[in-house]
Amino acid sequence: MTATNSNSGHVPAIEAKQVHKAYGDLHVLKGVDLTVEPGTVTVILGPSGSGKSTFLRLINQLETLTGGEIDVDGEMIGYRWEGEGKKRHLQTLNDKQVAAQRAKLGMVFQKFNLFPHMTALQNVMEAPVQVKRMDKKEARELAIKELQRVGLGERLDYYPAQLSGGQQQRVAIARALAMQPEIMLFDEPTSALDPELVGEVLSVMRSLADEGMTMIVVTHEIGFAREVADQVVFMDGGKVVEQGGPEIITNPTSPRFKEFLQHVL
Amino acid sequence: MPHHITKDGEGLPVPNRIVAKPVRRTGQIIAAIIVALLAAMVIKGLITNPRFEWNIVWKYLFNERVLEGVGYTLILTVLSMVVAIILAVILAVMRKSVNPVLRGVSWFFIWFFRGTPVYTQLVFWGLFAVLIPKLSLGIPFTNIEFWSVDSNTIITAFNAAWIGLALNEAAYLSEIVRAGLEAVDPGQEEAAKALGMKRTQIMRRVILPQAMRIIVPPTGNETIGMLKTTSLVLAVPFTLDLQFATNAIANRIYKPIPLLIVAALWYLLITSIMMVIQSKIEKHFGKGYEARPVGSKVKTPLPGKVDGELKDDVAKTNEAMFAGLNA
Repeated sequence: MTATNSNSGHVPAIEAKQVHKAYGDLHVLKGVDLTVEPGTVTVILGPSGSGKSTFLRLINQLETLTGGEIDVDGEMIGYRWEGEGKKRHLQTLNDKQVAAQRAKLGMVFQKFNLFPHMTALQNVMEAPVQVKRMDKKEARELAIKELQRVGLGERLDYYPAQLSGGQQQRVAIARALAMQPEIMLFDEPTSALDPELVGEVLSVMRSLADEGMTMIVVTHEIGFAREVADQVVFMDGGKVVEQGGPEIITNPTSPRFKEFLQHVL
Repeated sequence: MPHHITKDGEGLPVPNRIVAKPVRRTGQIIAAIIVALLAAMVIKGLITNPRFEWNIVWKYLFNERVLEGVGYTLILTVLSMVVAIILAVILAVMRKSVNPVLRGVSWFFIWFFRGTPVYTQLVFWGLFAVLIPKLSLGIPFTNIEFWSVDSNTIITAFNAAWIGLALNEAAYLSEIVRAGLEAVDPGQEEAAKALGMKRTQIMRRVILPQAMRIIVPPTGNETIGMLKTTSLVLAVPFTLDLQFATNAIANRIYKPIPLLIVAALWYLLITSIMMVIQSKIEKHFGKGYEARPVGSKVKTPLPGKVDGELKDDVAKTNEAMFAGLNA
């Protein structure tokens, strides 16, 4: 694969360059630039409709780019350059290549999206067995370990419908972790939860961050952003409006971010 | 039952447990009396009316030709349904494929086999060997031929019967399967994609098992329909099924009514067995949709949670049911 950034020798975990996304006439993302360093936590804040979820989905290729480029680990996602000189063109990657790129990324969804016909243990075992062709016994041990890590060692044989929202989301995190991703993407992981269940999910995410996992978190949890984030990004109208360390939450410079924080705090 | 005692929480220390008489339901009692009277009249008629000729029904119920008919009817039903289900899943998956050629082929199949009467199709399969005497595999418009066979040896009456039934049924079933596939939350596919699963894996491991819960009830309906549609195979003509067998005996001994009863009793018995099997299959695919902790004895769902419903689009489920009913 083509390695970039030969000048500095270090490669960002994710680098988005002038990312655009449109659905028909609707221009959702209007040139987003963002760099995420390995081992850091980036929290994306913003009102609904600001394009933050779309941006996260683009990184995982659940949506296709309209313009710009996203690199994961220095490798362009979704496409590759082919040919020389005048014949040089972008070639869309096939399913297998896309799946290989996704393997580096774990994703957690707002609606958990656990497989309802499988138990917690089966949910976590599924991808290692099917995708990595891991031995069932080995996958089972791995799944038990991951479920214990999120505090659900006692709920292995429960179906999702038998678990609370917070427990379901923790199973979803364990499921993503079982694929040993380098980067975890969280798409409003606590938005569908009852208030008293938010804490258990956030504490799992906090311990993940402490272990040095690279994370991008789209959330409305300002407290989490302030405590855990290394980088805070405020998006509005499909653009990054303000960006910086967690201190920008306390001292926002742009009027739009100030206004947003007044509403959520 | 003099008192209505709530059984919930037995053994738990509930003070002031409700012990009350149930609501009076006089309507139920009146309805029961009327139904009992009507049933008594029907039964009396069935027993005392000599024209039903129960002795003849009994004589032919286990007649060799009738039993053979039951056997062939069952074989035709099971064989054509199994083939139809496999074809239907393939057609439905093709219909949702990213490949436009596969989508077109599937659309054409459904258009053709749903658009012509099953009777006509069966006649066609019966005439197949006349129409196309030799089946061969080669390159069109050349003399190159890899393999060929006489149609008569392949398309026998029996084969024509199940092929005709299966192809027609597959067209209907594939719409039921498609509705089932579309009823599965798109988030399921996204989650599976995000885990790096391939398209075929997602279909086989994630989408189909969930769609089955919606596909099974209308498919049970279709199977029972198929049991009776097998009587149309005389169009081929295939003459060993239950309907033809009983009809032939009736014509021979001039006793149509008793032999109709013989056929009806067998059809009812097979349908009843199929209903039991269907409920077993439904239970299997309903696993995970019970909003109760493991080990809980109570089968009813918790208040506010509809049984068997999770994140399904109810409209889609209805659509699947209608597809089944319209078939």
